[in-house]
Amino acid sequence: MSISPTQLNRRTFLQMSALLTGGLALNLYDLPIASAQGTRPILTPEAFIHINADGSITIMAKSPEIGQGVKTMLPMIIAEELDADWSTVRIEQAELDEARFGGQAAGGSTTTPNNWDPLRRVGAACRQMLITTAAKRWNVPASECTTTPNHVHHTGSKRILPYAELAVAAAALTPPDLATVPLKDPKDYRIIGKPHAGVDNHSIATGKPLYGIDVTVPGMLHAVIQKCPVFGGKVKSFNQAEIEKLPGVRHVLILDGTLSSDPVVSSDPGIEPGVAILADTWWQAQSARSNLKVEWDNGPGATQSTVAFEKRAAELLQSPPANTLHTDGNVDAALKGAAKVVEATYAYPFIAHAALEPMNTTASFKDGKLEVWSPSQNPGSGRRMIVNTLKIAPENITIHLTRIGGAFGRRLMNDYMVEAAYLAQKVQAPVKLLWSREDDFGHDAYRPGGFHSFKAGLDANNKLIAWRQHFVTYGVGDHYGSSAGMRGTEFPAGHVENFGLYTSTMPLNLRTGPLRAPGSNTIAFVGQSFLDEVATAAGRDPYEFQMELRGNSPDHSDRLSNVLASVAERSNWSNRPKTPGRGMGIACYASHQGFFAEVADVSVDAKNQITVHKVWVVGDIGSQIINPGAAENMVYGSVIDGLSQMIQEITLDNGAIQQTNYNHHPVMRMRQTPIIDAWFLKTDHPPTGLGEPALPPLLPAVANAVFAATGKRIRTLPLSRSGFSFA
Amino acid sequence: MPPQQLKVNGKVHTVDVAPDTPLLWILRDTLDLKGTKYGCGIGNCGACTVLLAGKPARSCQTLLDDVGTDPVTTIEGLSLDGNHPVQLAWQEIDVPQCGYCQAGQILAASALLAATPHPTDAQIDAAMSSNICRCGTYPRIRQAIHKAASSTTK
Repeated sequence: MSISPTQLNRRTFLQMSALLTGGLALNLYDLPIASAQGTRPILTPEAFIHINADGSITIMAKSPEIGQGVKTMLPMIIAEELDADWSTVRIEQAELDEARFGGQAAGGSTTTPNNWDPLRRVGAACRQMLITTAAKRWNVPASECTTTPNHVHHTGSKRILPYAELAVAAAALTPPDLATVPLKDPKDYRIIGKPHAGVDNHSIATGKPLYGIDVTVPGMLHAVIQKCPVFGGKVKSFNQAEIEKLPGVRHVLILDGTLSSDPVVSSDPGIEPGVAILADTWWQAQSARSNLKVEWDNGPGATQSTVAFEKRAAELLQSPPANTLHTDGNVDAALKGAAKVVEATYAYPFIAHAALEPMNTTASFKDGKLEVWSPSQNPGSGRRMIVNTLKIAPENITIHLTRIGGAFGRRLMNDYMVEAAYLAQKVQAPVKLLWSREDDFGHDAYRPGGFHSFKAGLDANNKLIAWRQHFVTYGVGDHYGSSAGMRGTEFPAGHVENFGLYTSTMPLNLRTGPLRAPGSNTIAFVGQSFLDEVATAAGRDPYEFQMELRGNSPDHSDRLSNVLASVAERSNWSNRPKTPGRGMGIACYASHQGFFAEVADVSVDAKNQITVHKVWVVGDIGSQIINPGAAENMVYGSVIDGLSQMIQEITLDNGAIQQTNYNHHPVMRMRQTPIIDAWFLKTDHPPTGLGEPALPPLLPAVANAVFAATGKRIRTLPLSRSGFSFA
Repeated sequence: MPPQQLKVNGKVHTVDVAPDTPLLWILRDTLDLKGTKYGCGIGNCGACTVLLAGKPARSCQTLLDDVGTDPVTTIEGLSLDGNHPVQLAWQEIDVPQCGYCQAGQILAASALLAATPHPTDAQIDAAMSSNICRCGTYPRIRQAIHKAASSTTK
């Protein structure tokens, strides 16, 4: 908390804050905050809240804004408990300082659950200090004082003081214990639970330079890097002298790369080799690149192809599985004795993140210090990679967090950040590295594809008695590629007497990684689709069949059953029309601590073109929807992204990625967008995140609806591989 | 190639760039107008949409010779202080998620409303389906266009 004039630039402002608040260091040890690094930072009001002399309040936004709304939502939490007047709140994006702000990674839908409690306490502690200060000034007990937005009141004497007049004295107080500081009763919330528009909306609508790609540093050079079309391929030779002579070109250099030789490629395995071109403008660098003639050493990845992976997967699915994830009872014996056996094989492809802002970072290296501006979801990891790669001490690295033009998990990896830092150090000038769209599609950490064969057994009463699933995925032995594994406890484990979940792996020399609802976005599709097949084989309504199955659980407060029942009610499931060519499908899934059920209403024309008319979504993410406006937007986004995932595919031939741009790897367009009905059940659980969990049920809900409409199953994605498309 | 004149947001600039330089990069790196965004570079995504003589154009596919004497409007020049009805509706309806595509969306929507002041959903779909929103803000874009359409008649 500090007094400081407004209209100062940010650095001066923060320095001044530090000076003015030198005495304010709250002893807020051991807050239960889980950062990505497992550190336990000492959070202080001083780090987050600056009360300005003009009556405005500056609140620091700690986490990267990737479109999920945290730049607005986290400050709302602080402002609520501080009892701030939101119209006077100014939001500043914090730079990377996890000792000060706690974990600053945005991923896994963890920002809400990790910050809900600590940030309320930060706001409440500051409010208490302001109350204590006013009470002293009035010589009354603090218990007789209360607050209204930006003011402390003494009820008895009707005296009132604005926060701005109390801030300096409050900053000198011994702070309250955060663990016991009183928090508001949720019924008294003025800010939380009410829609608040994004704090950057005006800047976005007027084209202000907010994003990483917009950063300008005086004297900077613009860089592109040409990498081998085959992952990890190295430069043998290239026409360096010719490129160096091209207009605007200042430096041309070979990157040897720093890829780890681990047989299972991690999501962020180091820098890929390539040729870097640095020029006065990006277009000059990009134009120079088109004249490159590189002879590559493709390396071992060059023999890989989608066709060969599919062939090998089919062989493995026919063979005994290599690994056992989980078994109950005796699944093979139960299948032999079953009255009816249902079998199906499912497959889904690699896909790319395709965030609209291409990967980029600007870096400036001067006097042994590195300053970085990066659209990273996971900047702390980026700093550690820079430390390890470039041997720059962490205290000599400053990382500014820009607004981010979409992430979807791609920017949990920091290869582009390290590349820019490397180039800046190498040429001793500020460098802005910008990947082209083709670089992005060609060098992603792809959502891995996979193959599942299922067998389910029904007894004479059409009860599910056996479930056998064999998952063929990428990895070596039982070491899985990033986002290529699955949980042994996957549904219906625990709900069926005889259960077997097995895996076999194929080696892969390609980077995979987390993509929005990693694992879940594929496992929900195959599991909930096959369950629909089993229900159909049992002659049962798929909703009732699943509800009954879930009812076998000893946990009767099953949150998924509740959202499933709710979505059935909202969509009028039991009275759904049965018209040829039109159908509804239902599915549910829990991921990232969120519980979601969805119903899709589709029609399919004579050319197998699918129109999705409407999607009902019911979610349970706990007791509080912090910013309902943003929450609705996230559900819309998850549904539309889920539809996009049904038509996307990344394939390999001779080791090279064949899709180069959005024309080969489409995303849904406005005319294809269904009506979306988003609804939340409020339950007695702490609030959790919403970046991911609304996505996974969408795919099986649509696939099951297509079956209801046509009698045809979608067992292979993208849709085109099953003979369908979106209209 | 000799320096050429380019009229952007009501101001005439003299630019001296290679003739194959797309308007997108002249706007962003020569004129420092960063509101126009690079998304795909092949005219597929619409993030680089500007208005060329009032009509939506893909600046990544537009060269100086294509511009000629036509005036260029970027997001920075759509209104003096961000109060074009479409810009206001975007903020009020809280359209953006990441926001990266929205400059292109707003310009496309403003051109639609200039030609069709009260578009139907089908007309909105037809006009807006060439702009990708990777985050999926389409339902709110549609809502905001209706909002802007109704506000201009008041």
